[in-house]
Amino acid sequence: MSGAGEDAAPRTVALFASCAADLAAPGPALAALRVLAAAGLRVEVPEAQTCCGQVGLNSGHREPAKRLMRRWIEVFEPYDAVVGVSGSCVATVFHQFARVLDGEWRGRAERVAARTWEFTRFVHDRADGLDLELDTCVTWHDSCHMLRSLGEKSAPRQVLGRVRGLTLAEAADNEVCCGFGGTFALKYPELSCAMADGKLDDFAATRSGGRTPEQVVSADATCLLHLSLRAQARGLPLRTVHIAELLAAALPGGPRSLPADARDGAAT
Amino acid sequence: MSRAPHESAALTGRERVPLTRPGWAAGERQEHRRPLPLVAAEAVARPEARRSGARLADRSRDWHRGGWPEPMAGLRERAAAIRRETLADLEGYLAALTERITEHGGTVHRAATAADAAAAVRRIAAGAGARLVVKSKSMVTEEIELNRALEADGVEVVETDLGEYIVQLGDERPSHIIAPAVHLGREDVADRFEALAGRRLDRDAAALASFARGRLREDFRRADMGVTGVNFAVAETGTLVTVTNEGNARMVTSQPRVHVAVMTLEKVIPRMADLGTLIPLLSYAGTRQPVTVYQSMVTGPRREGETDGPEELHVVILDNGRSRIARGKYAEVLACIRCGACQTACPVFRTLGGGHAYGATYGGPIGAVLSPLLGEHPADAGLPFLSSLCGACGDVCPVKIPLPDMLVDLRADHAERAAPAALAARAGWRAWAAAWSSGRGYALSVAAARLGSRLLPRRLLAALPGPQRRWARGRTLPDLREAGRFRRTLRALRPRREGPADRPEEVGP
Ligand code: SF4
Repeated sequence: MSGAGEDAAPRTVALFASCAADLAAPGPALAALRVLAAAGLRVEVPEAQTCCGQVGLNSGHREPAKRLMRRWIEVFEPYDAVVGVSGSCVATVFHQFARVLDGEWRGRAERVAARTWEFTRFVHDRADGLDLELDTCVTWHDSCHMLRSLGEKSAPRQVLGRVRGLTLAEAADNEVCCGFGGTFALKYPELSCAMADGKLDDFAATRSGGRTPEQVVSADATCLLHLSLRAQARGLPLRTVHIAELLAAALPGGPRSLPADARDGAAT
Repeated sequence: MSRAPHESAALTGRERVPLTRPGWAAGERQEHRRPLPLVAAEAVARPEARRSGARLADRSRDWHRGGWPEPMAGLRERAAAIRRETLADLEGYLAALTERITEHGGTVHRAATAADAAAAVRRIAAGAGARLVVKSKSMVTEEIELNRALEADGVEVVETDLGEYIVQLGDERPSHIIAPAVHLGREDVADRFEALAGRRLDRDAAALASFARGRLREDFRRADMGVTGVNFAVAETGTLVTVTNEGNARMVTSQPRVHVAVMTLEKVIPRMADLGTLIPLLSYAGTRQPVTVYQSMVTGPRREGETDGPEELHVVILDNGRSRIARGKYAEVLACIRCGACQTACPVFRTLGGGHAYGATYGGPIGAVLSPLLGEHPADAGLPFLSSLCGACGDVCPVKIPLPDMLVDLRADHAERAAPAALAARAGWRAWAAAWSSGRGYALSVAAARLGSRLLPRRLLAALPGPQRRWARGRTLPDLREAGRFRRTLRALRPRREGPADRPEEVGP
């Protein structure tokens, strides 16, 4: 698990927001700032950060991707700890950087990856004093790279378990891909949508003790965006919320309930 | 019904079975293929795909959640090591295997290409005067398109694995490595058998199986040659191992006069004792059985004093590019034991309703990696892109082949070799990296996204050519008016601005 090698609890962390925060989904990164601050941490947001290169690498453009990876390392290696709000981007840093970079960059990648945390895991390990309360029932989507590259299944369940009033209803297919897959969604739109539809059906069938989940929660804004935009195109009611936004809403100053569109409500 | 002694009983009435499959599922792989995205869209739209996808999803849900339990996790480590040990000295083990088989009275034929392998089997069939061939399940004979080759010589070929028999009747390729008819339901099978029989049948599963068994049994008796694949070939003893759940491989290897075993060269394993690891692991990974119902082990043809077994045993060992693959960076793909787990676990494969839409011999994750490496057809180079890179295949693979990483790397290889038409795309990605390597370039592109979304309503944007139009096929466009809000909010949060532009934004407790 990323970050596991660090013993001393970092007091200052750098937030890795991901290009998704700049382009389409600022909510999760802004919410993460509030949650980490509430946990007593000093959070810095390196202004020079752009993108981890994942979309280029997965589209077959290795060299351009490596250029962005090297830049990512330069931007984040001065920090003792890096916390990322996209499970998939953190998985890229953790798994792909050292695999595709060469020479001295490989070692540098390994060293910074060892100090890089996925947000949910960080909250689980280092921010356990949060006072969280939210009256809601949600379901969790295990995004692929967080689940399989980072091997992260338990932290989200335990963190959600700390929120008073929250019920987690597990979906039968919580480990199945949402069909986004970066440029896969553009190359194979019908296939990608059919995969999203499988997830939508699964969410609709999910119950826990007679309760129906009000929102789908995950640690990847892009998966949630794919699912909600597919639902929107089909005229289906689906509400999604990033785990950071959910936790921000559950903080003492927060609304302590989820607004219809958490992307605007919980974040600012 | 009277038949010539060599005429197949199992295939009698075959011409009455209506062909319902699309062209890309046909028994013979298509030479002219439509672009993969078109075939994929067509496959997804078929109601059959939804049904078979659901069947496979149920299986995967039951089997694949929770990872590898003990003792299977331990067997998996051992198997991964055994397979890599084999690949490290492939030719050494093949030499030992060849020596043992020859000692036992078998004949080994090495074939460099698919055509060579098919030609070798044709020669054996001609030499034996074979008119009717019974086969047990084998993917390599699909790879070399053996049935067509033998049929061209006037030899009748009957698939005796139940699933293979069903797809043969409908002139289809197998849709899954170990479950060839997984794309069909019981009703489809009943329709097919009723058409074949030319009468109403009991449509109950057991009754259908018994109908097929009755038809196939006659052919086992009449056939003059049996063809099998090989699951493992033991170098130490020269033993050919075939696992089945129907026992048909045992009939195919014991009844006819001639037995031809066709294998690809990486099927060799070092020792008999390795079967103690590999057979339970293959059974578990493929079908969640502790062990398959039958394991047939053939060590040479019938010897003096033995009452059954073939007079002749031929082993055709196909290379077809594999020694080249074994020397390259994708060598580990040859560790594959063809369990089909990566196919069952793959949501893309399931949503496509099985492997037909891939167009190649091997579909699913293993096919998307192996087919472009084999170079069977130029279109196969695009197969690594037919994946959402979810990684499920890597998790379930019993020999730990890093399929997801290989898919990523094959994409890069493909882009680097790309035709001039793709040069513009490459330049685009380079420009992307250049722009996003500078704070100013990045800020500009974020601003441009925001501006674009302000000037063009989403509905208009969705109609303009470009990637967003492909996104809009089935999905609302993301609201890019959100672009830039993150940094704007950060600036507003910060009490006062000081220092250089690249100074980190800070938010204190
Ligand atoms: S690649 Fe692995 S999972 Fe797929 S068929 Fe081969 S052995 Fe099985």
